[in-house]
Amino acid sequence: MAVGKEIRTQIKSIKNTQKITSAMEMVAASKMRRAQEYMRATRPYASKIRNVIGHLAHAHPEYKHSFMIEREVKRAGFIIISSDRGLCGGLNSNEFRATVRKMAEMDKQGIEIDLCTIGKKSTQFFKRLKGNLRAETSDLGDRPRLEDIIGPVKVMLDAYENGEIDQLFVVYNEFVNTMTQSPQIEQLLPIAANEMEEEIKHHWDYIYEPDSKTVLEGLMMRYIESLVYQGVVENIACEMAARMIAMKSATDNAGELIDGLELVYNKARQAAITQEISEIVSGAAAV
Amino acid sequence: MAMTTHVDIVSAEEEIFSGTAEMVYAPAEMGEVGIAPRHTQMITRLKAGEVRLQTGDEEKTFFVSGGILEVQPHVVTVLADTAVRAHDLDEAQALKAKEKAEQALKDKTSDIEYAKAQADLAEAAAQLRTIQKLRKAAK
Repeated sequence: MAVGKEIRTQIKSIKNTQKITSAMEMVAASKMRRAQEYMRATRPYASKIRNVIGHLAHAHPEYKHSFMIEREVKRAGFIIISSDRGLCGGLNSNEFRATVRKMAEMDKQGIEIDLCTIGKKSTQFFKRLKGNLRAETSDLGDRPRLEDIIGPVKVMLDAYENGEIDQLFVVYNEFVNTMTQSPQIEQLLPIAANEMEEEIKHHWDYIYEPDSKTVLEGLMMRYIESLVYQGVVENIACEMAARMIAMKSATDNAGELIDGLELVYNKARQAAITQEISEIVSGAAAV
Repeated sequence: MAMTTHVDIVSAEEEIFSGTAEMVYAPAEMGEVGIAPRHTQMITRLKAGEVRLQTGDEEKTFFVSGGILEVQPHVVTVLADTAVRAHDLDEAQALKAKEKAEQALKDKTSDIEYAKAQADLAEAAAQLRTIQKLRKAAK
């Protein structure tokens, strides 16, 4: 009986797709858990550095590093962190939309924009927008290393130090929870002075080796790098979470489609059987 | 019990060690330093080398490729670098990132060409296999 062969093949192909999406969901779930651990592991470093810089800024109010001095903004830099791959819902497009909105705002004030992209998706997107790309890196994998981002961050820091840009932002997705990721645009440079001033009451100073300037310089660079690195790691956790959710809903949708098609198929089969019986019966009655 | 100080060794990628030690030895830029509890506040850069922690008879060793050492009377923090840092190395990394950006802007078709090259390669390999089969059949 050749009833509904088309429907059967369709059901089969949807089932295959469903298998793939549910496998991707599971892979993303396990990767997300690992990414969350990495995310937690990167926190102590940045907070320790922030403490030390806070102490330093407090002990030397007269010495200001160039990263802490505010200038009139003529050009701004953006470090945009995105995923390398798609199939993760609206994660990247939400982020880009927020970024473009911010850029449009700055554009109105006559501020020009330089870009540094981390991840293939942002490179593609901002290339199409004809943005002024200064540096780019991609293919960081699931476990990025700090070395991978030193280069692009240095390009932007050098540009800041040479006065080519007067502000630096980092854009990434913040991991709120598994269901929610929200795009974040954070100002890296200049470092807001009040951010560094903590409630340190008693005055004391370090012994510096070799001298305060070199130490502070090294610290500042590492601080910015660690912030960007944190963004990269957090973005990976977001990517995995978003992919997990997207694949879960794809699997659910496939299930619904299959149910609907199966109903149609069974109805067609039943109708065919009924018809055949009535043909036989009426045939017998005629004899 | 001997006096101890709290020691944190952290890198940008992970927390490496957190605990107490009686004595900390670290490869500071101007020579190795030994830090006992209640050492005065100090901050220094580290060279590549070993950070050793002494607790009783036990000694723990961690390798760092550089970083920063911060000392406070009861807390010692080692901000370890995960990568070997040097000015020219950083410079090379920066150059690479710049080149990649230029490449991305220039080669609009690089992705497609890559796919095409792969397809060409697969085709060539298939041809080779066929030729080999034909030769075997001829023998």
